[in-house]
Amino acid sequence: MSVNVKDLKFTKDHEWVRVEEEIAIVGISDYAQKELGDVVYVELPEVGETKEKGEACSNIESVKAVSDIYCPVSGEIVEANAALEDAPEIVNKDPYGDGWIFKVRMNDSGQLDELMNSDQYDEYLKGILEE
Amino acid sequence: MKKTKLNKAHYTLKGKMVDFVGWDLPVQYSQTGINEEHNAVRTFGGIFDVSHMGEIFFRGPQAMDALQYLTSNNVARLIPGKVHYSVLLTEKGCFVDDLTVYMLSETEYLIVVNAVNTEKDHKWAKEKTGHFDVEIINESDAYTQVAIQGPNAEKLLSQFLDPNTDLGAIKYYHFTTGKIKALDAIISRTGYTGEDGFEIYFKSDEEAASQFFLELAENGKALGIIPVGLGARDTLRLEASMALYGNDIDDSHTVLEADLGWILKLKKGDFIGRDVLLKQKEEGITRKLVGFELTGRGIARHGYPVYVDGKEYETVTSGTFAPFLKKAIGMTYLPIEKCDIGTEFQVGIRDKMVSAKVVETPFYKRNK
Repeated sequence: MSVNVKDLKFTKDHEWVRVEEEIAIVGISDYAQKELGDVVYVELPEVGETKEKGEACSNIESVKAVSDIYCPVSGEIVEANAALEDAPEIVNKDPYGDGWIFKVRMNDSGQLDELMNSDQYDEYLKGILEE
Repeated sequence: MKKTKLNKAHYTLKGKMVDFVGWDLPVQYSQTGINEEHNAVRTFGGIFDVSHMGEIFFRGPQAMDALQYLTSNNVARLIPGKVHYSVLLTEKGCFVDDLTVYMLSETEYLIVVNAVNTEKDHKWAKEKTGHFDVEIINESDAYTQVAIQGPNAEKLLSQFLDPNTDLGAIKYYHFTTGKIKALDAIISRTGYTGEDGFEIYFKSDEEAASQFFLELAENGKALGIIPVGLGARDTLRLEASMALYGNDIDDSHTVLEADLGWILKLKKGDFIGRDVLLKQKEEGITRKLVGFELTGRGIARHGYPVYVDGKEYETVTSGTFAPFLKKAIGMTYLPIEKCDIGTEFQVGIRDKMVSAKVVETPFYKRNK
């Protein structure tokens, strides 16, 4: 799946958001998947559950560690990427495309303004790598 | 952080460096990753920097007697060129450390110990053997240790030895001394992966050591052998059901409870912890270390609670998603009556109870 990363929004926890009308599609960034290493298990959120922005709603396990995924915007989980159950490595291979994790029907699209755009995320990463 | 003499080589090979018990070592190499490195070792081979491990020498007329007193296995059964796996025991028959013991000569033995325990082991050994005529010297800083493991390990290492050294003649848990280029080395057919392979010990400067490692990596390419980091080292040893000090074995579980009775030789004579272990053998153990698989979804990890008949028991000692076997495996202590193959229990993974069952170990056994 080809995706224009420049159109995505990002959180400080390295999740990305792609907006399709009232649906926010969520995944983790290339930086995050590299840091994690080989993903071996993804615990998907429950479809139908309502999550608040910032609430942990999923987690990703690599060989060495477990990482929480936080919901970047409030809303109802409408879909979870079942393909990741049998092939969690898709998160590593195509983090912005087929490696999407879940979709949220936003109840406050204004929250998108609180996220970083692609350039701001790049700056943010530079700051981290310089530490 | 401490650096091994192969540190420059790791940077050249693009190692992803981490602080491992105070040492600057690669958890993986950037272009590969833990799964790829793990599976490479099972199919072709891998090279590892394990120089952080400790090398302690026992020298003197009573070197054998001192080791016999300190450890669980029978040192009297070794001959020069032979090595065995053993335990440095506490007075309660538990683990100060696990180790390998090499007999170099009647008056010289080498023990190889875990990096995290080297100083502790050295101090303990000296304290407990004051009444033996032996010198116990920690030479860890001088030694570089490289492991080459996998089906093609012998093919790769032979390229570096002088043609007179017949690697094929070295049997499992035996060693030789020889020259690797200009370096004097101890080469043993031992390892921590469950594959055929070698552990190589030598003293040299940084330049020669890093050069050797880079040449191994270069020559390894044609054989499918790649550099492998600590991450895969851990998944490999767990798949092969090999214990890790601090996880599966420690100073609160005995050698018998850890299912290592095969390296406990109670008849060899007096040794630290013998009384406790003899009694435990007679009375029977009340818990045992077992291997398990998760039958539900998830991955069990070190420290996760274990539930037997719904009640919390101990915790997972080691657990991971096995890269070669492609399943969630782990080890834990269970009450002895729950240790039969197939027995079901549960592991607490965050807010869920995931079902598990006891399986036969080793999880993985290589085709000979």
